[in-house]
Amino acid sequence: MSAHEQFAEDLALHALGALPADERVVLEKHLEECAACRRELEQLRGDMALMALATAGPVPPQRARQRLLEAISREPRRAAAPARHRWWTFVPWAAAAALAAGLVVLWLQKSDLQQRLADLQNQSAQQQAELQRAREVVSTLTATDAMRVTLVAAKTPPQPEGKAIYVRDRSSLIFLASNFQALPPQKTYELWLIPINGAPIPAGIFKPDVHGNASVINPPLPAGVEAKAFAITVEPESGSSAPTMPILLMGAGE
Amino acid sequence: MSGTELKGDLTDAAVLSAIRLGDENAMAALYDRYSAVVYSVALRVLGDTGAAEDVLQEVFMQLWRNPGLFDASRGSLGPWLSVIARHRAIDGLRKRRPETDIADVVVSIEPDMAGAAERARAMEKVRGTLGSMPSTQRQALEMAYFEGLSHSEISAKTGEPLGTIKTRIRAGLLALRKAFAS
Repeated sequence: MSAHEQFAEDLALHALGALPADERVVLEKHLEECAACRRELEQLRGDMALMALATAGPVPPQRARQRLLEAISREPRRAAAPARHRWWTFVPWAAAAALAAGLVVLWLQKSDLQQRLADLQNQSAQQQAELQRAREVVSTLTATDAMRVTLVAAKTPPQPEGKAIYVRDRSSLIFLASNFQALPPQKTYELWLIPINGAPIPAGIFKPDVHGNASVINPPLPAGVEAKAFAITVEPESGSSAPTMPILLMGAGE
Repeated sequence: MSGTELKGDLTDAAVLSAIRLGDENAMAALYDRYSAVVYSVALRVLGDTGAAEDVLQEVFMQLWRNPGLFDASRGSLGPWLSVIARHRAIDGLRKRRPETDIADVVVSIEPDMAGAAERARAMEKVRGTLGSMPSTQRQALEMAYFEGLSHSEISAKTGEPLGTIKTRIRAGLLALRKAFAS
């Protein structure tokens, strides 16, 4: 294993969620930069999951199964009920009834199959879109023509930090934030693209997670704007169209 | 429940695909496969059958509502469910809001627990490994896993130095890994 020895024990505690917050912050900072330690953490989480098997034995009561199945049927995920077709009204002669019934059954089967096919096509289209999005993200992260900007606080510890990676030709922007303080519920952080000319452009709102991390991936931006800098402000929850002073963090391109 | 039995031989991936299409029988099949693991973890953490049933319900309902939460390329379903159950149970134990984003849980683990025989073998191995550990090591691991205690809380409870607790927990996890590596 090539993970860093000085973090080995902290990684194990982190896998179990047993690392105190201050030590976790240090470790997570290291994890951002160290793929070997990230792999080791995943592996330790797998080892940890094995612990669950130590308990196996008790079986949930039958009522728990019933309760789940009832809850599921109350929450069907798609409206699957096919329309009722009053096919008999179209069949005046008894002799034709059997044939027509057979046809209707076939038709219903066909429409069920079509429904399933449509579901699968939907799923496939979604996966394609996700794949496309992932490709765009990776190509932005690795593009040689990407502008990489580091935004740091002017003063004070615990050092909130943001990294914006922007590819102008594709209007593609990835922003990663760390060490951000939580905000009151009615407030949000907003990222701004400050163009060479003109007013700051909203580039996404975000709220940090419990660790103070957040990201903004490919916010809607006008095409081909040349950025002079990026900045962050605190705004009302739904975001603003113009920044509210003061600017918390700002960084200009190299 | 003939639909359920029919699905007994299917892989987790096939059952999940059916769940994505809204197949309730597939959900029942998945429940039959993993409810005991999920329930046992929750019961061990919470020590209360009613609360454990609630966790069981919550874990499976979450999967029903959003089967995409589980990413098959990053681990297998059984261990993933057990990890989610543990998180939820410990959150319940500490009366706190869910802390872990379910989609962030990655469990890279080899043993496939889809078949009853594989599950039984894996259980045997885990119990054997825990049983052969020094009791202080097993205790540290169990306190962290089932009680959700931090290493300093374990240290305060046992009177052992912090460093010793850290070492024991890591050695315990590595012993489990070794047991499944061979």
